[in-house]
Amino acid sequence: MNQLLKPNSFRAGPDEDGRFGIFGGRFVAETLMPLILDLQDHWTNAKTDPAFKQELDWLNTHYIGRPSPLYFAERMTAELGGAKIYFKRDELNHTGSHKINNCVGQILLAKRMGKTRIIAETGAGQHGVATATVAARFNLPCIVYMGATDIERQAPNVFRMKLLGAEVRPVTSGNGTLKDAMNEALRDWVTNVDSTYYLIGTAAGPHPYPEMVRDFQSVIGRETREQMQEREGRLPDMLVAAVGGGSNAIGLFHPFLDDPTVQIVGVEAGGKGLDTNEHCASLTAGAPGVLHGNRTYLLQDRDGQIEEGHSISAGLDYPGIGPEHSWLKDSGRVDYVAITDREALEAFQFLTRVEGIIPALEPSHALAEVMKRAPKMDKDQIIIMNLCGRGDKDVFTAAKALGVEL
Amino acid sequence: MTARMDQRFADLKAEGRPALVTYFMGGDPDYQTSLDIMKALPRAGADIIELGMPFSDPMADGPAIQMAGRRALDAGQTLSKTIDLARAFRETDQKTPIVLMGYYNPIYRYGVERFLDDALEAGIDGLIVVDLPPEMDDELCLPALAKDVNFIRLATPTTDAKRLPMVLRNTSGFVYYVSMNGITGSALPDPSGIGEAVTRIKQHTDLPVCVGFGVKTAEHARRIGMAADGVVVGTAIVNQIANTLDAQGRASADTVESVATLVRGLSTGVRTARLDAAE
Repeated sequence: MNQLLKPNSFRAGPDEDGRFGIFGGRFVAETLMPLILDLQDHWTNAKTDPAFKQELDWLNTHYIGRPSPLYFAERMTAELGGAKIYFKRDELNHTGSHKINNCVGQILLAKRMGKTRIIAETGAGQHGVATATVAARFNLPCIVYMGATDIERQAPNVFRMKLLGAEVRPVTSGNGTLKDAMNEALRDWVTNVDSTYYLIGTAAGPHPYPEMVRDFQSVIGRETREQMQEREGRLPDMLVAAVGGGSNAIGLFHPFLDDPTVQIVGVEAGGKGLDTNEHCASLTAGAPGVLHGNRTYLLQDRDGQIEEGHSISAGLDYPGIGPEHSWLKDSGRVDYVAITDREALEAFQFLTRVEGIIPALEPSHALAEVMKRAPKMDKDQIIIMNLCGRGDKDVFTAAKALGVEL
Repeated sequence: MTARMDQRFADLKAEGRPALVTYFMGGDPDYQTSLDIMKALPRAGADIIELGMPFSDPMADGPAIQMAGRRALDAGQTLSKTIDLARAFRETDQKTPIVLMGYYNPIYRYGVERFLDDALEAGIDGLIVVDLPPEMDDELCLPALAKDVNFIRLATPTTDAKRLPMVLRNTSGFVYYVSMNGITGSALPDPSGIGEAVTRIKQHTDLPVCVGFGVKTAEHARRIGMAADGVVVGTAIVNQIANTLDAQGRASADTVESVATLVRGLSTGVRTARLDAAE
């Protein structure tokens, strides 16, 4: 709807008010505003402080296990018979997904700010687990808000968080999913402003969160660039990643945004299909609005009431999207498409059998798009997909969807 | 429009008492009952009406107002119907200021210019939009002021001296001091600190300062009214409505009268506040 002039760089945002074009911003209650500004000051200082970078790099290497491998999926490439397919294997990180990249960065910031209590929201539980992990590592009490529906469908992650010493608070308002968990975390934050650091899990929320989370996740894309140079001596032709809130995708995409030869594709959760109400495709089927501190594409009705999404993948079950993705969509730099539950489940099984990797249901959406595109591309072309999470947590959901009783 | 609000505070000043500001959720539990409640409020002693605009994701509200919003949305309330409530109210009351209170997204979706035109035409005097801090003034605050609609800002305990002038800069009508950090419906804080906060705000503005969050009884209203130009009551009213509903969440014969009874009691509180303060 908002036709933008082509910018000189796609990597310059956000502006000082936290805007990516019309998207982003700081739509929060006055109680939170001084905190957000304080966070911004600390973040501005930290990102240019060599000591902060050194500590982050050390944790990335020795705690998370970075760099994650760039893996050539030889059998899958042969099976699909088109472009060469590489996976950026962030599912091999400590805790099993890309979420830890951001958590390590933000917990260092929380320590710098002298905060004594960590809160987080979680959908699939991956961000909750990653937050509980760093809270344990840095000896800070941690409360994770999780929708009651998600608690039921992600029982193993709930147990992990408890083992790690976090308190998991069920949220029953709304549909009991990620959006409701985020509302409840914001209510906690507004009540405990002095002591509490809100560790947001995706590249969304009020400025500076979208920028900060992107910068912590951009380690994915920076490594990918270097690894691709080493392996192939050139840039890839296409990047593909799943988008829920969009943090793994922006992490991979951002370092490549100003390389016009690299085609970039974000894959949303199409649920039971875009012709139904049961999907989470806010970019492909939503409209701009304001929620959770930022302006972005949202699933909403004509009255501006936010609608509940649906996806087989709890991690994509969010009616919004990080604001930078909204801007990348409107500026035309990134293509956003939707993949249904069924297509994702097929891709999930395909990868498991062909490469011996059980992916999470979130990157299974990206994989399904790769399976559509790779066969139509030349054999000397290269696709890189972010394999951002492993599927251990999803085996129960997958079994149920496939009609298998465990 | 701003004149009605200014006139109301001028009259109250002449009377020598603080304002009773009452909040309820538009469309809770249904359109007609909430219109009847709205009409009953001034008769029971309310001086200013805050009309809640329901939103699916009320991030700054506690369970009582969350549920009220849910009931209203389930009964089919929309922003357009909330504006209709104000219009219907104005047919019989031209003096009581109406302030719409809620979140930005339904207004953004409705279209800011169209919203302001419709709100003005319906006789709405001001707006409180929780998720629009001063940093976001271009969105709605400045367009509202340009059309002579009050934009009432919240000041909170976290609003420090450095920030206060910025918060007050484009505020009009009155300042709403939220007396604690937290969500609506929490416990009443220590009233002694409230007096200091109001004094601090008044050093920066000539606008009336109304105080809310945690006011439930006439005694609370009296104590806060001793220190402030107005007392805001929300959750207590919303709870009073909820307590009279039947098992299906429908209004009963008592709903409107029981709100009126509560408000009459609160009104006694604000009406005795200054007398007690003078003693």
